[in-house]
Amino acid sequence: MGTTSSTLTQYDIEEVQEHCNHTFSQQEIASLYQRFCQLDRNGGGFIAADEFLSVPEFAVNPLSQRLLRMLDGLNFKEFVAFLSAFSSRATLQQKIEFIFKVYDSSANGKVTFDDMLNVLRDLTGQFISEKQREEVLTQVLEEAGYNKNSLLVLSDFVKILGNPDLKMEVEVPVD
Amino acid sequence: MANAPDNKLTSSSSELDLDRPNLEDYLPSGSMQEPRGKLRLRDLLDISPTLTEAAGAIVDDSFTRCFKSNPPEPWNWNVYLFPLWCLGVVIRYGILFPTRLETRISVVSNKSTCWFSYVVRNIVLPFTLLHLDISLMMGYLMHLNLICRVLVLTLGWIIFLSSFIPVHFLLKGNDKLRKKLELVTLANKRTSPWLSSIQRCLVELICSFFVASWTGVVKYHGPRPSRRPQQVFVANHTSMIDFIVLEQMTAFAVIMQKHPGWVGLLQSTILESVGCIWFNRTEAKDREIVARKLRDHVQGADNNPLLIFPEGTCVNNHYTVMFKKGAFELGCTVCPIAIKYNKIFVDAFWNSKKQSFTMHLLQLMTSWAVVCDVWYLEPQTLKPGETPIEFAERVRDIISLRAGLKKVPWDGYLKYSRPSPKHREQK
Repeated sequence: MGTTSSTLTQYDIEEVQEHCNHTFSQQEIASLYQRFCQLDRNGGGFIAADEFLSVPEFAVNPLSQRLLRMLDGLNFKEFVAFLSAFSSRATLQQKIEFIFKVYDSSANGKVTFDDMLNVLRDLTGQFISEKQREEVLTQVLEEAGYNKNSLLVLSDFVKILGNPDLKMEVEVPVD
Repeated sequence: MANAPDNKLTSSSSELDLDRPNLEDYLPSGSMQEPRGKLRLRDLLDISPTLTEAAGAIVDDSFTRCFKSNPPEPWNWNVYLFPLWCLGVVIRYGILFPTRLETRISVVSNKSTCWFSYVVRNIVLPFTLLHLDISLMMGYLMHLNLICRVLVLTLGWIIFLSSFIPVHFLLKGNDKLRKKLELVTLANKRTSPWLSSIQRCLVELICSFFVASWTGVVKYHGPRPSRRPQQVFVANHTSMIDFIVLEQMTAFAVIMQKHPGWVGLLQSTILESVGCIWFNRTEAKDREIVARKLRDHVQGADNNPLLIFPEGTCVNNHYTVMFKKGAFELGCTVCPIAIKYNKIFVDAFWNSKKQSFTMHLLQLMTSWAVVCDVWYLEPQTLKPGETPIEFAERVRDIISLRAGLKKVPWDGYLKYSRPSPKHREQK
């Protein structure tokens, strides 16, 4: 557990809460801070990629590399903002925005066919061949009214994924 | 290491099947069954289950929890010590302070001084002196305690070494003689088991001294281990002192990591005499050599019973990590031992990343007591049709149930290295 970091002041907690749009309670933020310090072993103020990978449950996740790109070099405030999409108080819009950001590797607001193919490859890997993956994706896209060259933006994602029973929640343990 | 997380992976891939979109059904090729349902873009793009898993791991994961040590609590916060502390407060403020004040007043009352200095000298000063006395006294007591413990330990070492060294040399001398002459006389045969049993008793003795030096209160449940060939003892691992606690009752031969420093010296001299086996975690080829040594050891009739900690690393006594199958492949009976420390006085978990063994021992010696329970459980054998991994899991179940520990599906060695990429692909 982190011994070098100081405790969080009330002011800090409120600032972080503001930054994540009140998606976490103050107790949850304090808990997350403890977790942050626990993961940030060298006390650098941010969690390095290999410190994330020291959590085996995270390392074996197929999307870990993509998430690491988003998580690299985040300080605590940004870390909480990153996790805010997984709070029970987060709106559906916030959750879909997060998913969009995971797909949009070039961070230009547009998701291409290749982006979607890459994520699909991370998930399905060796189970089906590249060609079959492309075929399936093309077919499904066409059925939804898009084609291989279309660039999807956030509103498209909202339209596609906008279902109230989208479950993406994580519970922060509060002792 | 490649085999250890196998059963974890098979179970997790079956639950992942539910997450994965059923692409095979939808492939536009000949070998196709009826599509189970229409695959929509939404199903393809919805990665929320995987993301939730990843975020869950970031926020809290079962592996790190295994190695979390609790922050040390102030010494008076438990049900036994708190009344003592209260009593101390009562004595200090209710009895000592008034009597001192009274004596001061009677001494000084006939001196004519201004009221301010009067107050300072007679009320403030005794009060602070009182506190100083008490804290000094407490400090002295704690130091005295530590000195007593160190003395006990030193005494134990003196007794031990004065008997052990001659016995050891006698024994070695006997071996050399035997090898030189290539004949086993009746006299030699008779003396050496006698000498080696003395050695065993001595090792048990020094371990009891160790345990006494940190006021260990150990309760043993179940039948004592007997010396038979073809049996192996397995136990859960919390700290290096597990071994000492077990050893004071029965002289085991243990397989352990070779440590640097004075511990390594102890290992190579004293522990060698009980037949301990060394390994090196970092060497890959080591495994086969060690496996062979283990097999040889259990065959020998007059070797000390072998004790193995199959977790491979120290865990914080709330959880058990996955057992390594090495101990369960030897083809002999496995006798499980469960160890549970009572955290009420001290947390015996040795966080090897946080402190060295010497510091850990000092910490134990300066705390009130080490309380633990040891259960010797029923010997288990490999059931027909059971793989060693399943056998290991079954024994882990038994131990965890007895000691009230939660099971965690991780390999303890992940503390030292990362899961390999092929685990990720499998998932």
